[in-house]
Amino acid sequence: MASDTELNSAAAPAADSVGYVETQRMVFETPLELDSGHVLSYYEIVYETYGTLNAAHDNAILICHALSGDHHAAGIHRGARKAGWWDNCIGPGKPIDTNRFFVVCCNNLGGCAGSTGPTSTNPQTGKRYGPDFPICTVHDWVESQARLADRLGIETWAAIIGGSLGGMQALQWAVDYPHRLRNAIIIAAAPNLSTQNIAFNEVARHAIMSDAQFHDGRYYDHGVVPERGLMLARMLGHITYLSDDVLHSKFGRELRSGKLTFGYDVEFQIESYLRYQGQAFVDRFDANSYLLMTKALDYFDPAIEHNDDLRDALRETQARFLLMSFTSDWRFSSARSREMVRALQDLDKNVSYVDVDSAQGHDSFLLEIPHYHDCLRAFIARIQVGGQPA
Amino acid sequence: MNLRPDQKLIAEWIKPGSRVLDLGCGDGALLAQLQSTLGVTGFGIEIEPHNILECIKRGINVIHSDLDQGLSDFDADSFDYVVMTQTLQAMRFPARVLKDMLRVGREGIVTFPNMGHWHARLQFMLGRMPTTRALPMSWYETPNLHLCTIKDFEDLCRVENFDIIDRTAVDASHQRGALMRLRPSLFGEIALFRVRQLVRY
Repeated sequence: MASDTELNSAAAPAADSVGYVETQRMVFETPLELDSGHVLSYYEIVYETYGTLNAAHDNAILICHALSGDHHAAGIHRGARKAGWWDNCIGPGKPIDTNRFFVVCCNNLGGCAGSTGPTSTNPQTGKRYGPDFPICTVHDWVESQARLADRLGIETWAAIIGGSLGGMQALQWAVDYPHRLRNAIIIAAAPNLSTQNIAFNEVARHAIMSDAQFHDGRYYDHGVVPERGLMLARMLGHITYLSDDVLHSKFGRELRSGKLTFGYDVEFQIESYLRYQGQAFVDRFDANSYLLMTKALDYFDPAIEHNDDLRDALRETQARFLLMSFTSDWRFSSARSREMVRALQDLDKNVSYVDVDSAQGHDSFLLEIPHYHDCLRAFIARIQVGGQPA
Repeated sequence: MNLRPDQKLIAEWIKPGSRVLDLGCGDGALLAQLQSTLGVTGFGIEIEPHNILECIKRGINVIHSDLDQGLSDFDADSFDYVVMTQTLQAMRFPARVLKDMLRVGREGIVTFPNMGHWHARLQFMLGRMPTTRALPMSWYETPNLHLCTIKDFEDLCRVENFDIIDRTAVDASHQRGALMRLRPSLFGEIALFRVRQLVRY
């Protein structure tokens, strides 16, 4: 749900990188019925893999991406300037160690990085789906990921790992397919969105939909992009992903020109930063996908089919859980992680929980915070692979 | 597995296959031992990041939590044993924590450094805050807030209606000597109590 990882040395991959990587594509022609009732009769999933699947097929780890993430989690594309969004965590010798594990990350359905979504061509009309692309839920994503796993020959994941919306997918996996994952690592997530979170999402959606260039989501047909709205949505999101402290320490009240100009142009550094982040996002993300992803977040609530009893929802889970949160994360606060921990401990499931001291807010899950990565590394290092029982 | 003497005795008190909550579980050595030798299940609660990491390395279930915030995340009688080794004296509200642990567990096992040990008494008589093998840190560095003697603890149990099932004492390096059996409140460096709450509120 946040900024990309900057790679300082642009051209060549670092020694502890998975190196140059290529995106792969899988075509699915078995219809997929979505929670909304819509059926996708044909769809494509783009994904990347790092490391090697072992003979026992028991060393696969699925990485689930967050709101604005994609399948390019690690390594670097030839000619690109930036590494994948979680390159600091995935690679040889890194916490998610590609010397031991076969790591898979796919772009979720409805996304805009290559998997079928609003920007894809609707086979029924020959035009882009746009707003006609059905809203996908976290459960739908799990279904599509399970089919990808089938095709990759992965019956059981050694672990499923995700931060934020990615953590929600890991939790949903544990609920939907208890036998298909041995470990679930759920980072900076929540068992559902708070009212405040839904409110933020609504403001973001409203910013997009009220943009004059939105054209009810059919902006592709008009050759325009609802830039201002998407930028605004991202600016708002960005504020909520960081903590007040980190904004203050990064930007303070510093003025770009050194003095007040009594105008509405960019004056404070934070304004310049937000505009930059907003603009960069517009260049790489689709407004309809953003709308869809925020809806998937809003809808996520595995307890709802169990009379709002999270315990009941998690009763059949088999995975060993690791939950992590960050002290300054106010968008997905530690208390929300504790709700999941409490439900799991009441059920006497194997669960550990770490509240990592961090000033960086929700974005912390993408950062290389020593205690955070140490705990991840220690937990993942205990996962047995190579056919031995877990 | 290097267990402290008080931890070894605790392992003798715990029934195989039971469900254990270890409050202030440190590096997880006790729980790991109980898991491998007695097949217990359960969780450790710990607040220190380096200890939490050690617990994860050992593969025990550890929950990052501040005991001074209470055990409201745990249901009544949800554990066979709630264990607290050498942690009580560092709590802000020891009586409250004890009551809470006996709500959550059917039985509580508590160990603490005995301030009534003869060496501590001697140092007091000589006008100094005691530092002993069980209490190695000086007064200005210690995390301990509420030190007590074996007799003090028994008084608290009386006031709070805690039923003492069993008690013993060890010295900081090894076993229970003859003197310790005779006068634990004078010769025991570390006190161990098995308690339960008879009257439920």
